[in-house]
Amino acid sequence: MAPDTTAVAGGGRAATVPPGPRPGPSRRPLRRPAFYGMLFVLPATFYVLVFQLGPVLYGLVLSFSEYSPLSRTGPQFVGLENYRSLLDDPEFGRALAVTGRYVLQVLPFTVAIALCLALLSNRAFRGIGLFRTAMYVPHVVSLTAVSMIWLWIYSDQGLVNEILGFFGLSDQRWLTTESAALNAASAMRVWKALGSNMVLLLAGLQTIPRDLYEAARVDGANVWQQFRYVTLPGLRPMLTYVVAMDIIFLAQGFTEIFVLTQGGPYGSTTTVNYLIYTEAFQYNQMGSASAMAFVLFAFIAALSIIAIRGGRGRRT
Amino acid sequence: MTTLLSRPPLRRRARRWTRPIVLTVVAALVLMPFIWMISLAFTPEGQTVAGANLIPENPTLENFSVAFQAANLGRAFLNSTFVTVITVATNCVVPVIAGYAFAHLPFRGSKVLFYVLISTAAIPVSVTLVPLFLMAKNFPLAGGNDILGNGGSGLLDTVGGLLLPYLVGTLNIFLSRQYFAGMNRDFAEAARIDGASELRIFTRVYLPMARPLIALVAVFSFTGAWDDFLWPLVVSTSENSTTVQLAITTFASTGNVKYGALMAATIIVSLPVLLVFLFNQRSFISGLSDGGVKG
Repeated sequence: MAPDTTAVAGGGRAATVPPGPRPGPSRRPLRRPAFYGMLFVLPATFYVLVFQLGPVLYGLVLSFSEYSPLSRTGPQFVGLENYRSLLDDPEFGRALAVTGRYVLQVLPFTVAIALCLALLSNRAFRGIGLFRTAMYVPHVVSLTAVSMIWLWIYSDQGLVNEILGFFGLSDQRWLTTESAALNAASAMRVWKALGSNMVLLLAGLQTIPRDLYEAARVDGANVWQQFRYVTLPGLRPMLTYVVAMDIIFLAQGFTEIFVLTQGGPYGSTTTVNYLIYTEAFQYNQMGSASAMAFVLFAFIAALSIIAIRGGRGRRT
Repeated sequence: MTTLLSRPPLRRRARRWTRPIVLTVVAALVLMPFIWMISLAFTPEGQTVAGANLIPENPTLENFSVAFQAANLGRAFLNSTFVTVITVATNCVVPVIAGYAFAHLPFRGSKVLFYVLISTAAIPVSVTLVPLFLMAKNFPLAGGNDILGNGGSGLLDTVGGLLLPYLVGTLNIFLSRQYFAGMNRDFAEAARIDGASELRIFTRVYLPMARPLIALVAVFSFTGAWDDFLWPLVVSTSENSTTVQLAITTFASTGNVKYGALMAATIIVSLPVLLVFLFNQRSFISGLSDGGVKG
């Protein structure tokens, strides 16, 4: 208990009782919380060590080994061989490029559109809750399920081709054309990520003090200047968070690829995660799959650090 | 205000309505795929291929029964429900109590331990995927394995194997600590002086105040376990351990896709999550943004 509360509660006399640890029996209750703290933390710590950090270390070992679970022998240490062969593996290079392109072409759209929607819905009006709910539904429904819906939308007689037909344009094979497949998957991801980005940016907008806008208006700032000098700087922490989270999730694209295109046509939608999956569970190459996973890890970390640096710099 | 009043009333009214109209149109566009999903699920099979109508001509429930039979959704539903219930249960206890301890019962090194634990949330799934698979395969004394984990298939293709990565969500530890850190410590001090045990202080004093937190953790672990695809794909090889997300993709992998049944199955699989979402919107939306602000 804080000493000043005793003083308030019991008047001046209570404060004269010396606070703090005394020798003897009163030392035990002071140590007790720490003991129980360790006890309470124990199950979670055990789980994380065994099933989160353990696998990371195990994966690191595997990435320096050659190992097929079908073989009788255990992992064979091969040093940097897995990483070296990734360097001149054209498939892996292309998967990295596909992943990078996927992140870079989904990110600007989903963030910019979400920002516009957040700005538009920042003012309260009747039905705002309904609007936010509607926008959030794609985020809640599983990626598997929405990919199934979009599988139909992109199918030969699906929604996109129907709309094109209405305008007299010819049908396209969206998921089986090399040039279109990744863009089709990207469009779906823009749609899927919009709602959660919007809600986060809306929360960010609401943390900006209103008097800043007032002050800017008094200084004669127009709408654009208010956006540029009040909204954008105030939103920067949340914007950075949204961009970093989007990068982390997009760079791990797998489910939508698995459902929509199975990595095809001709590897044009094979992301690194998809390649890792095939390498490990179709070709049983656990070692090189692990090496790929760590390269992807580094790739994601580098992208997010760039995003966070970019968000921190250029203070105006 | 005066400038607003001096504007012509028509323009003013137009300005007031632009926002809601634009946003309604956007919401309709965003919901469009779901509207089509519902429509197709009630459209007889033959008509879904040859360009469907938004309002089915002869609505039918046939697709739903086809979906249940073809994809073995019954078994998948049972498995997914079991996995999700256990996941929600463990996540409402283990990370929450750890988060409480990190906030209110500090011990030497607890800060460092906290950061070590939550830093694992930044590790991509693919890094732990292969090792976790091998760990499940070599799980001691399971699926015919000996004590060293050799010989059998371990937890592969079992419901227990499905559970492995979900039992403790690291972000839930973070969320819980943040939540309890906002609470007054004086209650605990007072209860301690009264001789209450630490477990009693937690369950009787702090836990009742943490209802919104529990709702949030429950909702997040529910969707996390129910919606996951990659881990079940890797660990499950037969009907024994199939999940709803795996079951619906079996429709697409066969050459001739039955879109009506596919959409019916997608509705069945998404309905639990949608219901949980609609009844807990507050914890979903504000919880997410709170976590974001703090993170």
